[in-house]
Amino acid sequence: MTESKPLGGKIITLPFLVCSFIAAIAGFLLIKRFIFGLGSVTNLSDGYPWGIWIAYDVVVGTAFACGGYAMALLVYVFNKGEYHQLVRPALLASMFGYTLAGVSIFFDVGRYWQAYNLILPRYSQLYSVMFEVALCVTTYIIVLWIEFTPTFLKKFNKETLRRRLNRTLFIFIALGVLLPTMHQSSLGLLVYIAGQKVSPLWQTGFILLLFLISAITMGFSIVIFESIVSARALKREMEIPVLSKLAGYIPPLLGIYLAVRFWDLVGREKLGLAFTGDLKANMFIIENLLYIIPTILLLSPSKRSNPRWLFVSAVSMLLAGAVYRFNVFLIGFDPGPGWQYFPSFSEVVITLGLISIEIIGYMIFVKRLPVLPSLSQA
Amino acid sequence: MRSVDGLDIAKNLEKQGVSRRDFLKFCTVMATAMGLPLGMGAKIAEAVTTLKRPPVLWLSAQECTGCTETLLRSSHPTLEKLILELISLDYHETLNAGSGHQAEESRLKSMRENKGKYILVVDGSIPVKDGGIYCKIGGKTALSLLEEMASQAAAVIAIGSCASWGGMPSSSPNPTGATSAQEVLKMKAIKTPVVNIPGCPPNQYNFLSTVLYFLTLKRLPELDENGRPKFAYGRLIHENCERRPHFDAGRFAMEFGDDGHRKGYCLYKLGCKGPETYNNCPAQLFGDVGAGAWPVGTGHPCFGCSEKGVGFTIPLHSPARLKFITPPANFPGIAEERGKGVTVAAVAVVAGVAGAALGAAAVTAKNLGKKDEGQADTETKER
Repeated sequence: MTESKPLGGKIITLPFLVCSFIAAIAGFLLIKRFIFGLGSVTNLSDGYPWGIWIAYDVVVGTAFACGGYAMALLVYVFNKGEYHQLVRPALLASMFGYTLAGVSIFFDVGRYWQAYNLILPRYSQLYSVMFEVALCVTTYIIVLWIEFTPTFLKKFNKETLRRRLNRTLFIFIALGVLLPTMHQSSLGLLVYIAGQKVSPLWQTGFILLLFLISAITMGFSIVIFESIVSARALKREMEIPVLSKLAGYIPPLLGIYLAVRFWDLVGREKLGLAFTGDLKANMFIIENLLYIIPTILLLSPSKRSNPRWLFVSAVSMLLAGAVYRFNVFLIGFDPGPGWQYFPSFSEVVITLGLISIEIIGYMIFVKRLPVLPSLSQA
Repeated sequence: MRSVDGLDIAKNLEKQGVSRRDFLKFCTVMATAMGLPLGMGAKIAEAVTTLKRPPVLWLSAQECTGCTETLLRSSHPTLEKLILELISLDYHETLNAGSGHQAEESRLKSMRENKGKYILVVDGSIPVKDGGIYCKIGGKTALSLLEEMASQAAAVIAIGSCASWGGMPSSSPNPTGATSAQEVLKMKAIKTPVVNIPGCPPNQYNFLSTVLYFLTLKRLPELDENGRPKFAYGRLIHENCERRPHFDAGRFAMEFGDDGHRKGYCLYKLGCKGPETYNNCPAQLFGDVGAGAWPVGTGHPCFGCSEKGVGFTIPLHSPARLKFITPPANFPGIAEERGKGVTVAAVAVVAGVAGAALGAAAVTAKNLGKKDEGQADTETKER
């Protein structure tokens, strides 16, 4: 196993300042949201109770944060130790992604001061999908922080504590695989229960499976994406051999995904809706093209080991997963005649603020904590 | 199934076209009206058919016969027959076959034979002013008749608002000193229990349920502090009213025939006394004709007929005094906002971010193509 160590270097850089500026504006708008209510900053309505804070920050955001889940699945369940060096940075990104998703749920809950009722057993609604998702996500955020704790302990030289934690860590790693399997599929179920409000192009009994597979592929893609981007940004050598092996798992997974997707659409005789030329149909075509491109690209071993095509495939898959989730939650969602939704300026800025905080946090952590493998001797 | 007085009630009923099934159904309906378990229906049927028909004496004082009419006009199939067969109505001034001395004799005979066992139903208020001379039957005042009959009864059921709390005759200036049966008994220190079934007229099922409860369980149903059975008078009309959502949303009819009135809005501002009147009208309804058959259902504000100090006391169109439910200071909007559309600023930000992200991705991809990596130019971008 490769040793990890902090990168060092300056914290305050130009990207840091830009991100801080966006986060500050978002912070100001959030104060407005908490004083004057959701209506003062968002375009949410009774017809569209979920806007981009749910569609992007939570649904897409946690899928982007599936790197930790996908890598844990690969390394610990399928016992592929050679990928271990990718686990810790993936875990870090997952930890930020999920924590901020949790935070943005808190922004989105109208009566946030009653949110604690969720965890009181006497108010728990055990038959609710929302309850399952909420509980799973909350628990998983805690599990992620525990999984990441050895890194903190190493930094602060608490060796005995670290060894003690390492002995029990397998429980949290197991939970870290179980919980995302549960809630990433349940996120699809949230839409399934919306019934006919969701266009038949996306409304299907297979939505749980589709959400789960696409979350895992997004997890792999984000690991590839982040590895390449941080190598460039932090001027490190790329981990191409291990990334290209990892990318080999993607075509079969996406193959299964696409097979289920189209077999289901043809079986329900709804494929025709994809060619009506309206917004939903076009978004459906874009979504699936974005899935098909990386499937084909990554089938070829030579393209797999080329950083450019690896990067293009990863971006395409991430976009595919994001577009799919947007399609399901917002574009394919029609609460009835007269309703409309487009995120307000403030909503978008708050989401950008959260992303900025995530980037700032990631930069600080890799520079100050032993996260990235020290394979670059340069 | 054989009753003591030699009549096989079930057979008798069948002769009159009431099947055993219908009879049991009736008993079950009565049990449900009182909020009793379903099994009680059979028990009521048993009590009703196996016992000697309980003697009932009906005393009318200052009344309008509305309560009797309600009971008789009940369109529930065979109810009238059943009730006349179930109980032994030994004396009732409106329904007596005989009259004059003959009727009086029947009353005295029944009182003698059933001392301490009969049910006394009182209908109408009792005038107490000037020695009670304003209502006399057979030369005796209603006051002395009540005193005489109630002291030997098993229980007294005061039917209608007049008997329950004085009703219309007791309205100011109350020239006859009209008083409820309950107060008269208290005045005369008679300990016989009293059940009040107020209303003008009361719902016949509230009365019948009380009688059958007493026959079956040998005790009176649970009563509130005003002696009214809780199963019927436990809640405000306002609590069960079908127009209640309009009240909560601030949709009121402002005058008869206006737009809100025609749309079935809340009648509170027309003086509806539902918020201060305890009764089960919205749930029990009247006349067995289905939904909406009660005053508010037909578009008229509740008059508060069954509530002391409300009906016949407060003017019909004065607003009710709200007991514990007050209208909210801010009413929710009637037309909900259906979402906002696209704004230029929002589109600009979304397009800008999407463009920057895609551009950055494209530049990164292009640079990755250059065989020599490392260093060099630009940025990167998030995701």
